Amino acid sequence: MPVSTRNSRIIYDALKAEGIRLVSALPETWLVHLVGMADDDPEMTLVRLAKEEEGVGISAGAYLAGTRSAMLMQNHGFLASINAIVSLTQLYRVPLLMLISYRGEFGESHPWQTEGGGVTIPVLDALAIPWKKLESPDEVQKTVRDALTLSYANLRPVALLLCRDLMWEETSQRS
Amino acid sequence: MPRSDVGGDQSAIMTRLEAIEDIYPSIADHVVVTIMGATAAELYACGHRPNFFYLEHAMGLASSMGLGIALARPDLKVIVLDGDGSVLMNMGGLTTMARSDPPNLVHVVFDNEVLLSVGVSFTTATAGPADIEGIARESGIRRTATCRDPRELRRLVDEALLADELSTIVAKVDPVGPDSYFIDPHMLENRFEFERVLRKMGRSAGGDSEADGNGSSNRDGNGSSNTDGEVDREINTIGDWNE
Ligand SMILES: Cc1ncc(C[n+]2csc(CCOP(=O)(O)OP(=O)(O)O)c2C)c(N)n1
Repeated sequence: MPVSTRNSRIIYDALKAEGIRLVSALPETWLVHLVGMADDDPEMTLVRLAKEEEGVGISAGAYLAGTRSAMLMQNHGFLASINAIVSLTQLYRVPLLMLISYRGEFGESHPWQTEGGGVTIPVLDALAIPWKKLESPDEVQKTVRDALTLSYANLRPVALLLCRDLMWEETSQRS
Repeated sequence: MPRSDVGGDQSAIMTRLEAIEDIYPSIADHVVVTIMGATAAELYACGHRPNFFYLEHAMGLASSMGLGIALARPDLKVIVLDGDGSVLMNMGGLTTMARSDPPNLVHVVFDNEVLLSVGVSFTTATAGPADIEGIARESGIRRTATCRDPRELRRLVDEALLADELSTIVAKVDPVGPDSYFIDPHMLENRFEFERVLRKMGRSAGGDSEADGNGSSNRDGNGSSNTDGEVDREINTIGDWNE
């Protein structure tokens, strides 16, 4: 499968190393391996969401109850979660790690991904959510750690954008 | 008081405040998450406790928060006090709850058939044909019930707490709210005290093997118990649970 199993494993291992024990997810193609890894891991609680916004509530509850969590979704899931991010996570000062597959940037061949791709970073900026693109496997572990450190220090959400170069292995095939 | 102009169901006979007063002894020592506005204020009026979290404003998400807490802390009982409008806004959440199936979560929905906290004039779909118990049941929640009487509600809540099975209990209530929506502690104070008390609740001495999730201070396994003598009393098990 052209979605990178190896890099998905690196991301998953970074989450595990940082003590993430609950993952809520509504996947798309790029996230299937990550979801599968969470599902196969007896130490991980995987919550399969009906809509991404729920995951914000679940993560907030888990955080207040002492469990580190992360959300796995595509950028349109992030766009679908905004009220929860603003009205729960930000209003109540709750940390949140969002791993967002960043569809619709350079190299995107699916027209339906392009509009959301174009507004993802402007919306993150409008919400003052610190974000970083993850493009290379070498930076994954440190960036995941740094993102969580910031989130737990300022009690606000952070976003990591999982980019095409990281998630997609063969550039000849289009996702 | 029942309103002839609201809802298809004229048989609601309790106010939510009466209902909360009745279940208060059963829930007071457990983790409680409420929706915003009237429900929060009415639980608060019965006596604030640090293990109560009033989720103001973030409509629909109290149930998701309760699910997150229940999954993170299987050693605690979690009660969510929800509303019909809030459930309808996060209806998929019922299916997520059902498939996650935490046995320690009791989901109580006060169905007043209106968005009361913004005024009684806007009815929800439960004033028409929609049935929240039915939605919960068909979402896969095995233990569901509907009631119209505070004592009945208390019995159902007590049974659900004892049963160790995810449950959704719909309490049909009159569309009346509190005189005051005032809550002290402030929202953020409530959030921090709630987080702190969760660290202390239910941890039996030496039983805290879990890593400190949030990088804050270590939890003290102080052996405090959250069991409530009230739920241990004899419970009439003749019921209308949908099981
Ligand atoms: C997304 C969103 N839309 C609207 C509101 C305004 N609002 C606050 S409370 C409320 C009604 C909640 O209804 P319900 O869950 O039935 O509880 P009740 O107020 O009837 O007790 C509404 C619409 C909001 N807080 N968030």
